[in-house]
Amino acid sequence: MAEQERRDNILLEVRGLKKYFPIQRGLLRRTVGYVRAVDDVSLYVREGETLGLVGESGCGKTTTGRCIIRLYEPTAGQIHFKTTALSPNGDPQMVDLLSLDKERMKTVRREMAMIFQDPINSLNPRMTVFDIIAEPMEIHGMGRGPEVEETVVRLLEHVGLRPEHMLRYPHEFSGGQRQRIGIARALALNPRLVICDEPVSALDVSIQAQTLNLLLDLQKDFGLSYIFIAHDLSVVQHVSDRVAVMYVGKVVEVADVEHLYSRPLHPYTEALLSAVPKPDPLYKSERILMQGDVADPANPPSGCYFHPRCRYAQPICEREAPEFRELEPDHWVACHRAGELHLKGV
Amino acid sequence: MTANEPNEAKQPKKQISQSYWNLVWWRFKKNKLAIAGAIIVLSFYFVCALFAEFFAPYLLEHKSDYLEARPQWIHFVDPEGHFHLRPFVYGLEKKIDPMLRKRTYIVDTSKRYSIYFFVHGEPYKLFGLIPMDIHLFGPDPKDPEAYVFLFGTDRLGRDMFSRIIYGGRLSLLIGLLGQIMTIFLGTVLGAISGYYGGAVDMFVQRVTEFLAAFPDIPLFMALAAIIPPQWSPIWVYFMLTLILAIVRWGGLARQVRGMVLSLREREYVLAALSFGASDRRVLFRHLIPGAMSHIIVIATLAIPSMILAETALSWLGLGLRPPLTSWGVLLQEVSNVRAIRFAPWLLTPVPFVITTVLAYNMLGDGLRDALDPYGSR
Repeated sequence: MAEQERRDNILLEVRGLKKYFPIQRGLLRRTVGYVRAVDDVSLYVREGETLGLVGESGCGKTTTGRCIIRLYEPTAGQIHFKTTALSPNGDPQMVDLLSLDKERMKTVRREMAMIFQDPINSLNPRMTVFDIIAEPMEIHGMGRGPEVEETVVRLLEHVGLRPEHMLRYPHEFSGGQRQRIGIARALALNPRLVICDEPVSALDVSIQAQTLNLLLDLQKDFGLSYIFIAHDLSVVQHVSDRVAVMYVGKVVEVADVEHLYSRPLHPYTEALLSAVPKPDPLYKSERILMQGDVADPANPPSGCYFHPRCRYAQPICEREAPEFRELEPDHWVACHRAGELHLKGV
Repeated sequence: MTANEPNEAKQPKKQISQSYWNLVWWRFKKNKLAIAGAIIVLSFYFVCALFAEFFAPYLLEHKSDYLEARPQWIHFVDPEGHFHLRPFVYGLEKKIDPMLRKRTYIVDTSKRYSIYFFVHGEPYKLFGLIPMDIHLFGPDPKDPEAYVFLFGTDRLGRDMFSRIIYGGRLSLLIGLLGQIMTIFLGTVLGAISGYYGGAVDMFVQRVTEFLAAFPDIPLFMALAAIIPPQWSPIWVYFMLTLILAIVRWGGLARQVRGMVLSLREREYVLAALSFGASDRRVLFRHLIPGAMSHIIVIATLAIPSMILAETALSWLGLGLRPPLTSWGVLLQEVSNVRAIRFAPWLLTPVPFVITTVLAYNMLGDGLRDALDPYGSR
């Protein structure tokens, strides 16, 4: 019963997603290897919830997000998305995005949007704010009539910008304001799922909180679901319902935000959490310094990818890749020693 | 009314928003050299391309009895020291030099030909449509003996001044037309090459490399050879323009490709793609406009080389042929030492070519600084 309900609520389910970028060398561009940017990622997002996606730089968070919205063509996997855009009467229907042709994919794109990291690069400097926010509507053939203008005005008000600014150019705005323009554009088609690719990491700390709260307010107002990609765990804690931790193209742990932060099951999560600053000056921090760098996704280590940096590593970790298993209800982890270790959260 | 006042105070003042091109113009204006270049270029086009018939005292093919006459100087003061408000030139007297066995001219100060302005001269059609006979200046229309040859005459007694103005028309337009075709070819092929990559990119890149590696002159000769000789001169002209564009688009295409390669990774392009924008939309709405300032600069700086190429080719006899007249065709007259020795005024197209090239370069440099394609904008 509970299981059934859980399934009903699912908006997006990714199964076995892989994205390998070929490494080509030589005159004939022979493929000599692959960068396994995303290597067998499975996750799901429920309606109205926020899934945080965390990990160090280069662990495949952004690639995962871009594969889901099909900016990159995944190498393998399934992306099931509950869409209302394809059925004539608006009934929700689960479809595999990777099986859709270009035309139908474009229709489904109305229900997905992306917010980008860099507020300078994500807005075309030659276009006015109006043109930028109206572009998604233009792409979907809604023209440039008065309704579009009304929508743009409404969106600008929603994100806290003055509608009379819509004929200005992006360079006239501050970083935080530009990010609001990007958010307004993402909402232009009234999406159900918004992929936020590090939406606040390029902003000042003072602006970060404002922007995060705006995203939370919009989630309530529009019933949005977010995939929130970030490397800052305290930001993720603030906005997420559930969190997925990625390491070298794989999800190593998924759980509710409380569980994950208080009782992590994966040593990598523990190490990340130990880096979160505590607001208590008397707290004696016990920061776990990981040895070495993130593994090379073109040439990953044997067994568990994390074993060379793991302080709990055993011989088995070097030999066998751990299975991704549900150790506690709704708490998945890929670690041989999960459960027997007592790891520290925050 | 008073109740409305706070409301009115809240109304924003008129928003003055500077578009990218406004800012460019604002920066361009401050560059004096570039403005000078722009004025020279525009006035050349105005005089030569649009109103050549009006500015030239004679028609292109007007032949006088004075063959290879030296240039006449404009005077205001006559030999007796009287000042005349109306400028005049002295007549020329033909003489045979017994030593050189050649016709020479000496200035005959007894004959004075005044220069009249807005005179009725030979009839012509402005823009090929409007019949007119008014010329900016010319000799006294009532005196059939009068003549004005400010830059001398050529082998057939045609006024060099008039012919330079007419010749400028083709020389200047070939640069512009050829460059427009180059921009079109280079931009579209470069953008497609950079955007799609793969086999298309490979093919376009190899073609540009082939064109870049091929020696210019033999290539021009080969292409010029395929123009059928019975074609009318105007078709030859268009073919030559096309040939110049075909030979020169490669460089621009490579630059556009590079720009597109960097622009297509910008997040605003990804944003458009994430909403399902078509390739055409991404190319023409985001990528090409983003590269446009760069393209304009490269194109402006390349127009002089186009004009020089036409001049050189025509001088070699590969380009335009009489009766078409361009600066290159005019210079063909001075392809031997005798002409330079005895009629150096036939070289007067050269300063015009140089001035045009310099003015275009000044304009292009100014545009580059104003558009700042290498900057962070």
